[in-house]
Amino acid sequence: MSAQKTLFDKIWESHVVSENDDGTSLLYIDMHLTHEVTSWPGFESMRNNGRALHRPDAVLAVPDHVIPTTGRGERIADEQARVQFETLIQNCADFDVPLIPLLDERQGIVHIIGPEQGATQPGITLVCGDSHTATHGAFGCLAFGIGSSEVEHVMCTQTLVQKRPKNMRVAVDGDLAPGVTAKDMILAIIGTIGTAGGTGHVIEYVGSAIRALTMEGRMTVCNMTIEGGARAGLIAADETTFAYVKGRAMAPSEAEWPAALKYWRSLPSDAGAAYDKDISLDAEAIAPHVTWGTSPEDVAPIDGRVPDPSAAAEEKQQGAIRQALEYMDLKANQPITDIKIDRAFIGSCTNGRIEDMRAAAEVAKGRKLAPGVSAMVVPGSGLVKTQAEAEGLDKIFTDAGFEWRQPGCSMCIAMNGDILQAGERCASTSNRNFKGRQGRGSRTHLVSPAMAAAAAIEGHFVDVRQLAS
Amino acid sequence: MKKFTTLSGPAAALNMINVDTDQIIPKQYLSAISRAGLGKGLFNDFRYDMAGNEKPDFVLNREPYRGAKILIAGDNFGCGSSREHAPWSLVDFGIRCVIAPGFADIFFNNCVKNGVLLIVMAEAGVGELMARADNPQSCEMSIDLEAQTITLADGASVAFEIESFRKHRLLNGLDDIEITLQKKAEIGAFEASQKAELPWLYR
Repeated sequence: MSAQKTLFDKIWESHVVSENDDGTSLLYIDMHLTHEVTSWPGFESMRNNGRALHRPDAVLAVPDHVIPTTGRGERIADEQARVQFETLIQNCADFDVPLIPLLDERQGIVHIIGPEQGATQPGITLVCGDSHTATHGAFGCLAFGIGSSEVEHVMCTQTLVQKRPKNMRVAVDGDLAPGVTAKDMILAIIGTIGTAGGTGHVIEYVGSAIRALTMEGRMTVCNMTIEGGARAGLIAADETTFAYVKGRAMAPSEAEWPAALKYWRSLPSDAGAAYDKDISLDAEAIAPHVTWGTSPEDVAPIDGRVPDPSAAAEEKQQGAIRQALEYMDLKANQPITDIKIDRAFIGSCTNGRIEDMRAAAEVAKGRKLAPGVSAMVVPGSGLVKTQAEAEGLDKIFTDAGFEWRQPGCSMCIAMNGDILQAGERCASTSNRNFKGRQGRGSRTHLVSPAMAAAAAIEGHFVDVRQLAS
Repeated sequence: MKKFTTLSGPAAALNMINVDTDQIIPKQYLSAISRAGLGKGLFNDFRYDMAGNEKPDFVLNREPYRGAKILIAGDNFGCGSSREHAPWSLVDFGIRCVIAPGFADIFFNNCVKNGVLLIVMAEAGVGELMARADNPQSCEMSIDLEAQTITLADGASVAFEIESFRKHRLLNGLDDIEITLQKKAEIGAFEASQKAELPWLYR
């Protein structure tokens, strides 16, 4: 074993409570975020088994998945959703779990509010019953999604039984071209490694293009790590990270700050640390990207074309491409810019932060939605919404014909009534283009916020770099 | 957790790669606060048309696969979300074993917690089993976890690999929470030491 350790090695090793004989470790969990969809089984089981919540100060709950993005404060019309939402409220009251209420300005998507509240900090282990927990790795912490049984395990013991994953490094060097964003970068990475490329690994993102990203951009990259098969993505904390964390509600206090900084600065990977897998990309070669298929790896640059199944190397790939094109109603070799859209969705834990709102508003400013296209902008949290409104972004969107909604997961998972109809095609800033993800028979194309806004204005996909000029 | 020792029954082939958790169990089944009846939603969009009628050509809508106990699938099965509804719906349908070249990490962990045996097998082996499963005459298989064997309809036996931690948990139906609660002292000691070093993590 080499003495040089990766960032992941350091976090993992500092959280092992004990090693089991069978090769698993009991890993301590510093922060647990939770929401209405995956928490109820844990609470129910704790109640049935007479188990207590181990550490209420290490949990934070917020409703987000099933919450309507209009009529906030009104009774939730969908009966099942309302019961699930109310169950979360009751469970948090019963078990003393800190909860951000629905009508609180801090409410929002769990992966947006964790960083906003300072619950997400460098060096910690953080889990949530949601696969996009990978988002928080942008702060140089080990953050990964878990199922409901593991949610209960964390609630009762503040630990998880885990098999140690391997180290993978993805280096992106050079400068991103203007108009090319963190979203394009992660789509390009997934296109390169494939949707199972990171399975069994934790991905550390390194390189000058990663360092140059804002925290918002880093969160976008880490968020979609799960779409590349890895449960967690990591970016070493640096001055950008520290500046974001400082002063937030749950962050270390002024008095604690020097000690926290000293600790955080000891965490980045040692020079010469070994990785099990190594990938590198040239940032300058990355164009705005659009997915054409039904897996996030089905991605093409905006000046590219829909692939021809017969050109694929393996038979199973040919079959998968054929099925995807049939579902998406696309033709082989069709230019990406020829794909017309019906809807645009700007929001989600991937792209629902203030920087995303600004990027989309910059494109929408002074323009109008294309005839027949409808579009909604859903800020990721109440704080993002307030900030955007202070900057007049809501006005830019509504003047252009976009709807300005209230915070939540919305049409990323389409559990809250924000849903596409069968056959509708959407330029979406979310993270999954799976069949039926945004509604049965819906067709999702994943893009950056600027690209989604540009497609909504033009009625079809367009290179945002050309629109800007 | 229900023990997994042996399992016998029809195996159904689902020859697709990257079957994600939205395909296994879509969103409309996630807003309930109950696991009951999720088997009905298993592979919803494959099984039912838009009006909710069964699609007769889908494998689980045909005999003998309506009673499938084993699923043979393509690579990266279970990718996507962390919803434990995926293994719950498989179990509620009656499937307690999935064989594929690879599984997504979160789905993999969720299956261990629900007594579902996932068998990782090289592509060629999976292809061979799919061919057997596709024929109703040869689709019956018997799995013995202790022996790590799959016995086929003609009596042939295929060995499989499994990590010791999963085998042990599945065979004994172990509840991780009960085991971990026994380690309260170790967890407490960890916390005391962490609190001394990183006090800002404790409020």
